[in-house]
Amino acid sequence: MAAFLRRAGSCGRTRVNWIAIWVTFKLAALTALILLMVGLPIAYWVSFSRRRWKFLVESVVALPLVLPPTVLGFYILVAIGPHSPLGRLYNELVGHPLPFTFEGLLLASVLYSLPFAVQPFAAAFEQVDRRLIEASWTLGVSKLGTFFRLIVPLSKAGLLTGAVLSFAHTMGEFGVVLMVGGNLEGETRTVSIDIYDEVQALNYAGAAKTALFLLVVSYAILLLVYAVNRNVWAAWPQK
Amino acid sequence: MAAEISIDLVKTFSGRPPIRARIAYPVEASTVLILFGPSGSGKTTILRSVAGLEWPEEGNIQFVSRTWLDTASGVRVAPQDRHIGYMAQDYALFPTYTVAGNIGYGLHHLSAPDRKKRVDEMVELFQLRGLENAKPRELSGGQQQRVALARAVAPRPLLLLLDEPLSALDAPTRVHLRDELRSLLKQLALPSIIVTHDWTEALTLGDVMAVISAGNVLQVGAPIEVFSRPHNADVARVVGIETVVKGRVVGSSDGMVQVSVNGTRLTAVEGESAGPDVFVCIRSEDVVLERERTTASSARNHLAGAVISATVLGALARVTIDCGFPLVAMVTRSTVEEFGLSSGVPVVAAIKAGSVHLVSRQSE
Repeated sequence: MAAFLRRAGSCGRTRVNWIAIWVTFKLAALTALILLMVGLPIAYWVSFSRRRWKFLVESVVALPLVLPPTVLGFYILVAIGPHSPLGRLYNELVGHPLPFTFEGLLLASVLYSLPFAVQPFAAAFEQVDRRLIEASWTLGVSKLGTFFRLIVPLSKAGLLTGAVLSFAHTMGEFGVVLMVGGNLEGETRTVSIDIYDEVQALNYAGAAKTALFLLVVSYAILLLVYAVNRNVWAAWPQK
Repeated sequence: MAAEISIDLVKTFSGRPPIRARIAYPVEASTVLILFGPSGSGKTTILRSVAGLEWPEEGNIQFVSRTWLDTASGVRVAPQDRHIGYMAQDYALFPTYTVAGNIGYGLHHLSAPDRKKRVDEMVELFQLRGLENAKPRELSGGQQQRVALARAVAPRPLLLLLDEPLSALDAPTRVHLRDELRSLLKQLALPSIIVTHDWTEALTLGDVMAVISAGNVLQVGAPIEVFSRPHNADVARVVGIETVVKGRVVGSSDGMVQVSVNGTRLTAVEGESAGPDVFVCIRSEDVVLERERTTASSARNHLAGAVISATVLGALARVTIDCGFPLVAMVTRSTVEEFGLSSGVPVVAAIKAGSVHLVSRQSE
């Protein structure tokens, strides 16, 4: 796929960089998928736990919202680098280091987009009437069964919002990719990096086409979210 | 040892009196326990503790030979493992499921054909035919109540717990469904615990009744006993009715009903009650005492009798009169002095027809 796209893209530098777009889409889709799996238990715990120190976890999850991406990227880079236990373990298991690979970039993206998935999930779970959950328990259905049979169907809109937002947010990330991913064509060069490179090289025409593509796709995704679901992720007050 | 339900628990709240409840009573196939009390008395918390939805700080809950809670030995059975049917006050129907889906929700352990068969039985029993594919929001209050009850009963629970089962309904539906619920509970032969603050429901549905006020159990006994012979003034204040006797409707005309209680005729306003067998309920405050029978009175009932006892309670006095059945009247202390009311003194009790409440009961 990447080789085909490279051939298609190399025909001229004013063309849209399809390789970067492919890498970006793959990254965003996998990030959203992983967050759907990782974010659900975290959101469930945040919504339903009665622990006093819950706020500690909540604030850690929200940290990527306020932290400069370079700071986050720096720490991730250090954490997965060859001098850290995690980086060494990965190197031994897989045979190559984690930084400046697609997998490393994916890990960084998952952490960076965590609040964009967990917060809509948790908001949707909070909306579920506790009495319905209790009714399910008294009918002999386990907590896990209640989650899948009752809570998930009632939170559909919030789950969709979280998945789409983390997808869209990953598509637009720049700082973290720059710190963790490096700039390897077909591996870690995403659309935002590509645009930056084109502008640095004064190739405004190439940058404009890719930028326009990203703008249109991002806007279409947000249109979908707002159309499907006006209440869970309401940036504007409800009419 | 006879089969028994025993509830003993302590739960504290901030800004509310703690709940210290102890109730134990023998249970048969269809014994109905009524938890009766004003709102905020703690009766719902007791019910939720039995369901396993509330965890008392200290306590022991036994259902026949099963221990559901014993804080001393650390036993805490989850609601999933108690095999109970629980119906919340607002029914808590699952909005994403249909009527059939709601009823079949707790039947996940059955095979698909068995589940379908059981749902079908429930649809038949609860008269929900034709509504199987409707969503809860499309149903009337009475239909929602039946679906919630069917859902709770479908997995064949050991014990049915109903929190104010009729309070969310409008008055005419409530009276109709009260009688329906009673025959259904007998038909299901399933012990149940019902929370209510309505004394007519307590009389109609209950076999045993526990009066709860400010977190304490004041009295446990048969409803008719509790209503007519409250242990103390607190119980009397909570239940608010002092005379409850069995009667039989013998005739009706012009919207009035004639009831016979031990041979004494009473006139009542024709009301909601259907069957010939009724509980005749009279509030002690509604009884007026006269020295002798007057003709110039709007009260329809004038019962001649003799005072059994007169007890002064502060400014008021509680007077029990034998007029074919024991009748309790609440009068002022000055009346007692003026009339010279003491044991054996003849007196006439006047009661307006509208103050004679009839509640249907099962014939024996």
